Amino acid sequence: MSTEEYALENGLKKVGARPPLLQYVKDALKRVDFAYTLASYTLEAGNAKSRLGSWWNVLLPTIQAGTYGLIFGLILGSNKPDNFLPFLFTGVFLFSYIQGSFALGAGAIVSNNGLVKSLSFPRVLLPLSIVMSQTLTLFPQLLVLAVILIAVQHTISLSWLMLIPLIALLFIFNFGLAMIMARITVHVRDLNKLVPFISRILFYVSGVFFSVEKIFSSDSIYASLIKLNPIFDFLNLARSFLVTGYPQHPEEWITVSLWSFGIAAVGLVFFWSAEERYGRDD
Amino acid sequence: MAATTKTKKETRVPVVIIDNAEITYKVFASGRRATRGNSGGGLLSKKMKLQAVHAVKGVSFTVYEGESIGIIGSNGSGKSSLMSALAGLTPLTGGAIYASARPNLLGVGGLLLPNLSGEKNILLGGLAMGFTKKEIAAKVDDITEFAGLQDFVGLPMRTYSQGMSARLRFAIAASKDHDILIIDEALAVGDQEFRNRSEARMREMRENAGTVFLVSHSMKSIIDTCTRVIWIEKGELRMDGDPKKVTAAYNKFVGSTTVD
Repeated sequence: MSTEEYALENGLKKVGARPPLLQYVKDALKRVDFAYTLASYTLEAGNAKSRLGSWWNVLLPTIQAGTYGLIFGLILGSNKPDNFLPFLFTGVFLFSYIQGSFALGAGAIVSNNGLVKSLSFPRVLLPLSIVMSQTLTLFPQLLVLAVILIAVQHTISLSWLMLIPLIALLFIFNFGLAMIMARITVHVRDLNKLVPFISRILFYVSGVFFSVEKIFSSDSIYASLIKLNPIFDFLNLARSFLVTGYPQHPEEWITVSLWSFGIAAVGLVFFWSAEERYGRDD
Repeated sequence: MAATTKTKKETRVPVVIIDNAEITYKVFASGRRATRGNSGGGLLSKKMKLQAVHAVKGVSFTVYEGESIGIIGSNGSGKSSLMSALAGLTPLTGGAIYASARPNLLGVGGLLLPNLSGEKNILLGGLAMGFTKKEIAAKVDDITEFAGLQDFVGLPMRTYSQGMSARLRFAIAASKDHDILIIDEALAVGDQEFRNRSEARMREMRENAGTVFLVSHSMKSIIDTCTRVIWIEKGELRMDGDPKKVTAAYNKFVGSTTVD
């Protein structure tokens, strides 16, 4: 009798073997509380040493958006998108949600080595926890956005509520991105150094601060390339509900849903298939 | 299951089977000595390459129900790597490990979140071990008391001494009845009172049909708590058997090969 047969006959299981995908997801769901607690605690710990504490979660993106507003407002001059401030703040806040999940997701495993090596839990909870903490930072930013919208547009609209399903889709999209980045950086540690540049490029090609229609003619190749970018669709869709003067594009819901679920499914399988490898030093 | 725990070897129930386990680390380094010859760096002169470190070289043994195992060996002998693999944290490069339940490793290295208070680390550790929020919240006071940290539990963990954080980690891990628990040097840092308390807890766990692996350099705590000792040297199994016999052989080996 081989050792394996002897082990299985006595009800022993192989240690460290990756569970089947469905079981893996079930195990992870059982410990979602851990991911959420980790998310809120890391957020708290990150600001613990500064005097203004968690106010920085709102202040930083507001200052950032204000700076962009000043600089790009001057550079673009009359090419500024209509209703510039609401347009810009919607873009910057939602983009920073995606970018944060992407950039911090890249460190989900490699920056949490201590946690990975001392506790065993489904590792997918780490990228999940990062997207959760990014979502927690987004909420107070949305309040700032509401104040700006009211101050500039003088109205409150029911269509703002469409942001709820949109953010739900963004959460799924970001989770997918975070899982993909988390695994790639485990294999190619050097990628972490390029993440800020990739974020920058995404920022410039997603129409965060400029209107694609105003800068490029509609048949230009750049315009059609930018429109392939799902982040552009997310921002466009959000603006159509929040910013006056931007038309609705119901067909974009299909595009962003396909992207979100597609990226999340690919990300989950991609991340799960290297589960045994996380925590190894090489 | 209970009926089969007789002393005869064939009827004993295996809990952990380690079958020809091998661990090789790949490290990206030049592997050259800084003090020998040309140590000057530079983009062109450095020859970085993947170096293989063979930490565990084909170790096999079987652990039966009711045993508690002491693991001894010199520093760098591969015992911690093997235990980390047993817990499923380090992947094996060859062989296989089978266990009746998921083994939990309690080591000295793992810091939870240093900027958070001890209490929040207790909650987080408990959730990661699979407790619900309610269950772990009910245990916080017991855990704090076991670790003897009542006055410090509200302070960030980075302010703890090494001994204090090791005590806290042990208390968190010991709050759950593990089927298989691996304790890696964690007790060495505690004071005598804490050591007595944790050895009592380990015996209690063993009586509840739990299996305990204890990695330690303290032959006294090995003899006090273990029923069987395995000696690993240079990644290979050197001796396996009665605690007194194996520790005596190990002491002799250490005495004759090192200049302490």
